Amino acid sequence: MSTVICPECEAEITPDAGTEVGEIIVCSDCGVDLEVISVDPAAVQLAPMEQEDWGE
Amino acid sequence: MQRRLKIGVLYSRVRVEEKWIFGAMEKRGIDYDRLDDRAIHFDLDAPEHWQKYDAVLERSISYNSGLYALRLLNAFGVPTVNTASVAEICGDKLMTSAVLARDGIPQPHNATAFTPEAALEAIEAFGYPVVLKPVVGSWGRLLAKVNDRDAAEAVLEHKSTLGSVQHSVFYIQEYIEKPGRDIRAIIIGDRVLTAMYRKSEHWITNTARGGEGEVCPITPEIEDLCLRAAKAVGGGVLAVDLVEHPQKGLMVNEINHTMEFHTMQPVSGIDIAGEIVEFVMANARMKDKA
Repeated sequence: MSTVICPECEAEITPDAGTEVGEIIVCSDCGVDLEVISVDPAAVQLAPMEQEDWGE
Repeated sequence: MQRRLKIGVLYSRVRVEEKWIFGAMEKRGIDYDRLDDRAIHFDLDAPEHWQKYDAVLERSISYNSGLYALRLLNAFGVPTVNTASVAEICGDKLMTSAVLARDGIPQPHNATAFTPEAALEAIEAFGYPVVLKPVVGSWGRLLAKVNDRDAAEAVLEHKSTLGSVQHSVFYIQEYIEKPGRDIRAIIIGDRVLTAMYRKSEHWITNTARGGEGEVCPITPEIEDLCLRAAKAVGGGVLAVDLVEHPQKGLMVNEINHTMEFHTMQPVSGIDIAGEIVEFVMANARMKDKA
């Protein structure tokens, strides 16, 4: 998978093979949660903040 | 020729559990759609868009989105796993406690009040420590162990001032000296599939908060308690959390209706995702025959 740039710290990240749209990956440099919005080409955006009603 | 069934999987994020579920769907050659709850909408004049599904598996992270989607789907006659009724009960700790009490299922002593003053009175009657829990919420967030009156007054004031109106439903639970662990069991239909100890030095043992998993043998007592608890909330695909009370024995602490199992599946070696998919397909086939 192609590399992406962290929108928070501009680090270059290579998502693992098998990464899917909707998955959350963590920037290895700044630790921010990123949501994968496309895999071909790879693209990410900052993941939504945790909401009060989130859970299992 | 038998009609090919159509399944929907409602989700918010593709966690490892969703990846496993999608994988289990694909391995079985199931025709399914991924339904991101942030991208869908329901037009009540066009239920046929949703009625094409023979069953929908709800895996939303957002309790509200999942619950309202289930209500609409059930109103359209679409079978769901779990049902809206089960989600209503399991997503709200007070509702869960109410049905457990109705069915005489052992649970920690709890009380509810709607003002800080009434809550303080209830807490004083319990004696310290007590635990305050939000009625809606998960992953061990915003739980408060209250050790004395000063702490109780502070937490109650903060909850009533800073929290949403729902935080003014004060759910008070006895504090239980757990043996450094609790038990999570997965129930699918009328089977207790597997159980796991969740171990932690912290009084909050959720694996979301760092608790570690270890296989727990399913004793007849655990099986009986879990099946009764599952039946009380309406049944389906559930995670029943049990605590071991030092005097009163095993009791049901809470029940989750969209459970995570990223620790449980590798610890147990059981294909929980595959079992969930089989259960969804069984529901879809029942609709197809009806």
